[in-house]
Amino acid sequence: MAVVQDELKIKLEVFEGPLDLLLYLIKKDEVDIYDIPIERITRQYMEYLGLMRMLDLDIAGDFLVMAATLLMIKSRLLLPPEERPELEPEEEDPRWDLIRKLVEYKKFKDAAGLLQGMEISQGNSFLRGSDDLQVPASPEIGLDEVTIFDLISVFNEALKRIEPEKIGEIYAEKITVADKIEMLLAIIKEKLNVPFYSLFDHATTRHEIVCTFLAVLELVRLHQITARQDKVFGDIMIVRAGET
Amino acid sequence: MTSTEGQVTLKKVVGAMLFASKKTITAAELKKIIDQTAEHEEAAGRQFAKTKESEICGAMEQIKADLAAMDAGLRLAEVAGGYRLQTDPACGPWLRQLLNSGRPSRLSKPTLETLAIIAYRQPIARSEIESVRGVNVDNIVRHLLECQLIKICGRSDLPGHPLLYGTTQLFLEHFGLQDISHLPGIEQLRRKEAERIKAAAAKPAGAEQVEKDSGEEELDEDGPEEDDDEVEDEVEDDEEDDDEEDDEDEDEDEARDVEDGKEKGDSAAVKEGRQASPGEQHKDATP
Repeated sequence: MAVVQDELKIKLEVFEGPLDLLLYLIKKDEVDIYDIPIERITRQYMEYLGLMRMLDLDIAGDFLVMAATLLMIKSRLLLPPEERPELEPEEEDPRWDLIRKLVEYKKFKDAAGLLQGMEISQGNSFLRGSDDLQVPASPEIGLDEVTIFDLISVFNEALKRIEPEKIGEIYAEKITVADKIEMLLAIIKEKLNVPFYSLFDHATTRHEIVCTFLAVLELVRLHQITARQDKVFGDIMIVRAGET
Repeated sequence: MTSTEGQVTLKKVVGAMLFASKKTITAAELKKIIDQTAEHEEAAGRQFAKTKESEICGAMEQIKADLAAMDAGLRLAEVAGGYRLQTDPACGPWLRQLLNSGRPSRLSKPTLETLAIIAYRQPIARSEIESVRGVNVDNIVRHLLECQLIKICGRSDLPGHPLLYGTTQLFLEHFGLQDISHLPGIEQLRRKEAERIKAAAAKPAGAEQVEKDSGEEELDEDGPEEDDDEVEDEVEDDEEDDDEEDDEDEDEDEARDVEDGKEKGDSAAVKEGRQASPGEQHKDATP
């Protein structure tokens, strides 16, 4: 892989949407979905939005629409009840519409989980003279149980650990994503798996951390590696692909 | 039970045909073959000339039970409208070696979620899918069409006549489903969401038994009706976490975070529930 002069700008399409992010945050914070703390959730949502833009991920415009919605709900809640716009009784709570959507979407996520179990079971069954029904690979990045937001969380922590960059450092040698991809391949060739957070250990600049992250995403996309998590919100391991 | 060795019984004939068939076969098809055999073959074949379809089903159920009891790696599954012999999923790894077949590819989470929305809410338009998922689904829908897990099954009556999507026979086979009504928790996900959510929200105050019918009466729309969608049974509030076996006829509610109060006489359960996106109801556009 040739090292290019400019940074290897990787525009990785993210198939998750704002509802996915919200559900992720709700789950992570163990918040009651029927009583969402709008202030906190909005703050976190904005934080993740900022991180995704820092990574220059190709995210849907719906993320911005949701940001506006959250801010609007927040401001509605700040109004004393008498001054709120006339609403249907069941919409008294400005969060209601959003909660409804989240609960409904979550149900489908749960259903999808069940379907996955059935898919696996069926994939393990064979007929006489069987060609099993293979479906072509999905277009998305090959993350399975681990979501892009889990990865971004670790990325966030790595960012917080480095010292703030001094403004004068314009001539620092720039690492590229291509470099990081090479490094990562070398690491993974040696070790079968490695904790995701450890990949950021040697990074000193924000730029380096971003490159590392993008390198990981790209290699996942190319099916060279995959991400695994043994417990929910446990440590994420980066694993060589094909070793299950 | 007396030994039937040497005698030809209906059960034997059915079992043999299931084995030889190689593809999914229905009781009706078996009956047809049996009738044809009675006509064309000599005495032996005429034995089962008057066999009813129900007897054939009975034989199949027996075979199914026998195979399960035998525990020898084979099962009789009801998939996609018919019956077929297939192997025990637990034996997957060995069969893959035997047949030299690679790991089965699996659908990603976002794809599964989109597919779930389509499956439970079909026929459904793209905008409605996006309304549930909160994000664009173009790529995923295209992929699902390529895989032939979904198909276009009509057009909506709404202005613009957007395409409606539904699942295919291949979908049923891929997931080992008998038909759409066997989707886990189908009753839950089809109902009018407004009612459902309200019932769930009221739960902390004590499960509400009263049907909360609000002004958000969801009007039923036209879209090509699929026969297998009309499930009228009241589903039990079963808390079991189910391991979905493909040949089991289970209409159980899966334990979910959101519990529904029992909504009796919910006529909406009969109709196909649709996402009530503002201004996007597939109403009969009669002025």
